Amino acid sequence: MLLSPVAMHIPDGFLSTLVSLVLWAATAIVVGYALKRVSKDLGERQVPLMGVLAAAIFAGQMLNFSVAGGTSGHLMGAALATILLGPWAAILVLTTVVGVQALIFQDGGLLAMGANIFNMAIVGVAVSYTVYRSVQKLSGGRKWGVFTGGFAAAWLSIFIAALGVALQLAASGVSPANIAIPAMGGIHALIGIGEGLITLGALAFLYATRRDLLHIGEPAPARGGLVWAAGLLIALLLAVASPLASVFPDGLEWVAGEQGFLEAAKSPLYQVIPDYVFPGISNTTLATIIAGIVGALIVFGVALTVAYLRRNRQTTG
Amino acid sequence: MHHSIEIEHLSFAYPDGHPALRDVTLRIAPCEKAALVGPNGAGKSTLMLHLNGILSGKGVIRVSGMELNPQNLGRVRSQVGLVFQSPDDQLFSPTVFDDVAFGPLYQGCPPDEVRARVDEALAAVHMSEYARRVSHHLSVGEKKRIAIATVLSMKPELLVLDEPTAGLDPRARRSLIRLLDELPLTMLVSTHDMLLVRELFPRTIIMDEGSIVADGPTAELMSNTALLEAHGLEMP
Amino acid sequence: MHIHFLDPYRPRVSPIHQLDPRVKLSLTLVFILTAALSPIGAWPVYILLFSLALSIVLLSALGVGYVLKRASLAFPFVLAALPVIFTIPGAALVSLPVGAWRLTATAPGVERFVSVALKSWLSVQMAIVLAASTPFPDLLLAMRALRIPRLLVALFALMWRYLFVLADEALRLIRARAARSGQSDLPGMRSGGSVAWRGRVAGGMAGNLFLRAFERSDRIYMAMVSRGYDGEIRSLPLPAIGQSSWLTLAGGLAILGLILGLGLIF
Repeated sequence: MLLSPVAMHIPDGFLSTLVSLVLWAATAIVVGYALKRVSKDLGERQVPLMGVLAAAIFAGQMLNFSVAGGTSGHLMGAALATILLGPWAAILVLTTVVGVQALIFQDGGLLAMGANIFNMAIVGVAVSYTVYRSVQKLSGGRKWGVFTGGFAAAWLSIFIAALGVALQLAASGVSPANIAIPAMGGIHALIGIGEGLITLGALAFLYATRRDLLHIGEPAPARGGLVWAAGLLIALLLAVASPLASVFPDGLEWVAGEQGFLEAAKSPLYQVIPDYVFPGISNTTLATIIAGIVGALIVFGVALTVAYLRRNRQTTG
Repeated sequence: MHHSIEIEHLSFAYPDGHPALRDVTLRIAPCEKAALVGPNGAGKSTLMLHLNGILSGKGVIRVSGMELNPQNLGRVRSQVGLVFQSPDDQLFSPTVFDDVAFGPLYQGCPPDEVRARVDEALAAVHMSEYARRVSHHLSVGEKKRIAIATVLSMKPELLVLDEPTAGLDPRARRSLIRLLDELPLTMLVSTHDMLLVRELFPRTIIMDEGSIVADGPTAELMSNTALLEAHGLEMP
Repeated sequence: MHIHFLDPYRPRVSPIHQLDPRVKLSLTLVFILTAALSPIGAWPVYILLFSLALSIVLLSALGVGYVLKRASLAFPFVLAALPVIFTIPGAALVSLPVGAWRLTATAPGVERFVSVALKSWLSVQMAIVLAASTPFPDLLLAMRALRIPRLLVALFALMWRYLFVLADEALRLIRARAARSGQSDLPGMRSGGSVAWRGRVAGGMAGNLFLRAFERSDRIYMAMVSRGYDGEIRSLPLPAIGQSSWLTLAGGLAILGLILGLGLIF
């Protein structure tokens, strides 16, 4: 179906609670700052524009095209949104897209939403901005700068965001770094080409019809330098950290080992309850059996209640 | 006694230099219903956008006796209920209630007053049971009625409609005409639907190339075939 | 032509549908947090969470089949966790020869993989019940109650409203492309062109969509301004939360807390 565009939306259950919460915190800070920036710098006209563009990115993700071997190219939209709206508004637009995808279509989890917004809206936009802005500067606002910059921004935003996903999974201990990073990186180096081509096509169309929307040669928005540096830093950090992590996965295993403070917390409790209550049956097995019985009773009770209520409604109504 | 609308010598050119309005002068009396006709690009929509200050050209505009200027923009806007052609642009909120409540909320009404106005406006367009509905599930005809309710809730003196019957099937069109007929407000309606004009509007204003080329009783203008043809219009 | 299938809301008469959206969203989040916090291999906890989830699905009258079918959509991502079966050191379960290598599945590896898959599956079920039993406008209200900034909630609302309108437009563009994508019977004529060309066509359509979005946002802005919009986001105050809703919230939190407590012991 059309509901799962990029293999980059992490569902719930995959990230450790620590990683999820840290990324939620980072996301809240950046999105909070972007909200402040946008209400300060941009006119009131921007609110409907951002909302409708978020919807357009979602609709644009329906326009997939086959690449090879059953995979298809899709639009994440971070580069296009950044080029059209500038970095701060683009962060809000992508945040909205990721949020609605998770809430309505379960594309990405709710606890994992912080991480997903971080990867797609923050990393994606910052990297896009750095690349596009740099190429624009180099080209002196000429046509090739728009297209080369757009393609490169789109490709790199996907690639770097995918490295971020791989690192987060590795840090959560659900995927070994030396497999996750090359695998995610490799797949998204290909998917990124699809993103680049769609972005290129869209820019070509807009260049021909409404060149003013591309803001060619305009000065950087307020705090644009900050985003530029952040994008550069993120790209460098992930590009350097990822190969390192795949060569020395132990570093991340350590983070993963530190996860679940509950696992750490439960060890003293083990000493309180003797290991064997019944000879031959471990506590865990016993607990599992009891939980199974209790669970079955609960579900059975609820099912009976629902059936009873329904019959009642039918006889009265 | 003041007029609902008074426009004196209004001219406007778009930023690219293309002149859209040339020296337009127009008066509409309270509770008068007037049709605005003319070919596409005649300046009808541009004129409508001037009535609540979205565009501002050279000249004087008075709405309910108030001169339009940046200080009383808010008050003028609540006097002029402007309904755009596409109901999908007019209805931008998730639910019907939110959309009809938008105007009163921005007028600064207290919450109870907002709810009362929404009830009243929906009742006026016979859509009371639609408050909790979601706009995109509605038919075009239903959306057009709700679009009118979104401005009625601001209690305007004047209703300005852009192509109200465009895209409606015959039954929805008929029911909309009935609705417009029963609303006791001043109306200025831009349309290509000449049957609608003849049925509903005693007065017709013809625009072409940014100017008013004729203004008078509908029956009289409709019988002037030469005039109609000269401005790309057809007698029904 | 309307894209109704995009809206996951399924109207039913059920206690879950009637629940205050603020309580529902909070409890969904706490349920997912509980699943995330429960340790790897805590089978009793998973069983209890699953029976809780199943009970909620039954109560919601959405149909167990519907929820489970939608929940399976999230499964492909499990592939990302597959390698842990073989890489976590521990007692060997099975050893498979793959070419020159041997892949050895270990007990702790399998335990971790199954735990992650279960947690994910349980969490997505609750997210599905939330989306299918709550109209989106009510979710917006719940977001406001959870102190999500107003501007962001306004963007969510606008995106949701125009999602359907623009998805319709995208579908029209796709149909127009399909109508013009013929296949030739001549030998040696490949249909569809190169990947780059197909990408450019899809991109042109995306550009077209963005242009329409820009133009539409201008018209929406005018419609907003003509009704008094001044850049500030305003909304009616939130209705009060009823006593029974508070009780449901407290009860739900207590049950989930209890289950989490069990996870600590076993």
